[in-house]
Amino acid sequence: MALTTAPSPTVEPQRPARAPARRRGRGRGPRREGLAGYVFLSPWLLGLLGITAIPMLISLYLSFTDYEVLTPLNEVKWVGLANYRRMFTQDQSYWHAVQVTVKFALIAVPLKLAAALGVALLLNRERRGVGVFRGLFYLPSLLGSSVALAMIWRSMFNREGAVNGFLGIFGIQGQPWVNDPTWALGTLMVLAIWQFGAPMVIFLAGLKQIPTELYEAAAVDGAGRMRRFWHITLPMLSPVIFFNLVLETIHGFQGFTAAFVISGGTGGPIDSTLMYTLNLYIKGFTEYEMGYAAAMAWVFLAAIAVITAIFFSTGRYWVHYADGDDR
Amino acid sequence: MTITETAAASTPERARGALQEAARLVVLLVILAIVLYPLAWMVGSSFKSQQEILSNTSAIPDVFTPGNYSEGWTHFDVSFGRFFLNSALIAALAIIGNIISCLFAAYAFARLRFPLRGMWFAIMIGTLLLPGHVLIIPQFILFKTFGWVGTIAPLVVPHFLATEAFFVFLMVQFMRGIPRELDDAARIDGCGPFGVFRYVLLPLSRPALVTTAIFSFIWTWNEFFRQLVYLSDLEKYTVPVAMTLFIDSTGQSSVGPMFAMSVLSLLPVFLFFVAFQRMLVEGINTSGLKG
Repeated sequence: MALTTAPSPTVEPQRPARAPARRRGRGRGPRREGLAGYVFLSPWLLGLLGITAIPMLISLYLSFTDYEVLTPLNEVKWVGLANYRRMFTQDQSYWHAVQVTVKFALIAVPLKLAAALGVALLLNRERRGVGVFRGLFYLPSLLGSSVALAMIWRSMFNREGAVNGFLGIFGIQGQPWVNDPTWALGTLMVLAIWQFGAPMVIFLAGLKQIPTELYEAAAVDGAGRMRRFWHITLPMLSPVIFFNLVLETIHGFQGFTAAFVISGGTGGPIDSTLMYTLNLYIKGFTEYEMGYAAAMAWVFLAAIAVITAIFFSTGRYWVHYADGDDR
Repeated sequence: MTITETAAASTPERARGALQEAARLVVLLVILAIVLYPLAWMVGSSFKSQQEILSNTSAIPDVFTPGNYSEGWTHFDVSFGRFFLNSALIAALAIIGNIISCLFAAYAFARLRFPLRGMWFAIMIGTLLLPGHVLIIPQFILFKTFGWVGTIAPLVVPHFLATEAFFVFLMVQFMRGIPRELDDAARIDGCGPFGVFRYVLLPLSRPALVTTAIFSFIWTWNEFFRQLVYLSDLEKYTVPVAMTLFIDSTGQSSVGPMFAMSVLSLLPVFLFFVAFQRMLVEGINTSGLKG
């Protein structure tokens, strides 16, 4: 409020001003704009430093220590690479979690994307009712990440669940799928695939972008339906496929809620649903080995970075950008 | 001659097209039935009695028993009303925080020129792909030293610091579509950077703000990992954390209430879906991120 009384030209020109004031204001434009830029950016900057960057560095440091929640920070012991060595050479459950996570991503992500693309192709018509279908297929993506739905899933694949009820129609003897180490992860995969609506919506938007002239020209040249799909739809859609693939893979690696709920927070039966993030949670927050968990988090981050980099470097061989030059 | 010829040729073709159209519709309806069945089964089962849950696996209850709802509501020492209030409070604060802080950051990135803008923007995009689980341990330690563990502060304060880069990105994209001539006009009328924000970009960004509010609500409502880590007091539990209590209460008597409370806890998201379906679908289109 001192600003309004003090004759300060740098702040003053905000109000509708007469010509000379305006010129003065404009002269100071860039500096003022730079200041304003940082004022507007300050909450984000504070968050970036305080909640992201500095904690990241702290966790890097902790990953070389034996930190546990109850030890005061000044008493932590530097253990060098011991946490990493333990992870890679001694900890059986760690490797198990890696295998579970990779298996989950390798199977669930392609199937989810295939379902998304298949349904998107069926819906890609200018028809009445398409909007309703699209919305209803999308609904599981909104509900599926919740605890409540994972609880339902657990019951559905349990002994008295809907799945066994359905199999019973065909005379197949059901079983409690969630308690069977060979099938428990499968129930999580089905839950992931069930949420195909989100990538489907993105596929639909991509399909709309493909110019119809291409199909017309191909039809004139005598290309059948399959050839049009292989030679027009897939290449034209490849940037969207790429986008969905990267996102869903990263997303798939991070699955936590469903694995937590279906296994009752243990990753069982026999570690069969021990997803990486669940393992991290167990190590950090139920066994309180936070130094070790911090090391696990950093390996996770590195793995995701490497996978993303692999996607981007192979992308140039199969992703086709319509604007001409192959990037 | 030619007319009859084409007519003759097109009749079987049209019949084939209609057949294909019908087949397509049937396939879609079958897929839709499979997709929606778990939800129907959930709602149906929430009205089954204890015995029926164990015997009847279909979606339709033989005897309609609404008692699971009242029983579930007070199943734990603290009523579900409290859990819903806690969740709603966190969601409301998250919406407000996201809207304000992300809007500020987006305005800076989209419209203002300042030193190092390119670098900050690249970092912001980089944080889009940063998995939240990587930061949970050091953040926990940080919030513990603040004495915030056990309160809702760790679940709320980050939203006021634009940590959800997705929304910043969404708003930047939106603001880039607002003509710069409007900024210039406001500037000629004497507005500075703050005036342009207040009188041009804030009012015109309303659609992006609504999208942000809707997605903030749904994600916060469904959020579990952080709430599980930071909340330890039953009084402060949110709906998802409270739901997990049903896992431990293995007694068969809790299955019915579990179904009923699942339905109730999904209801707000479902209502948002019904009200804003088009916006949600388009929001995911323009930005593409998450699901």
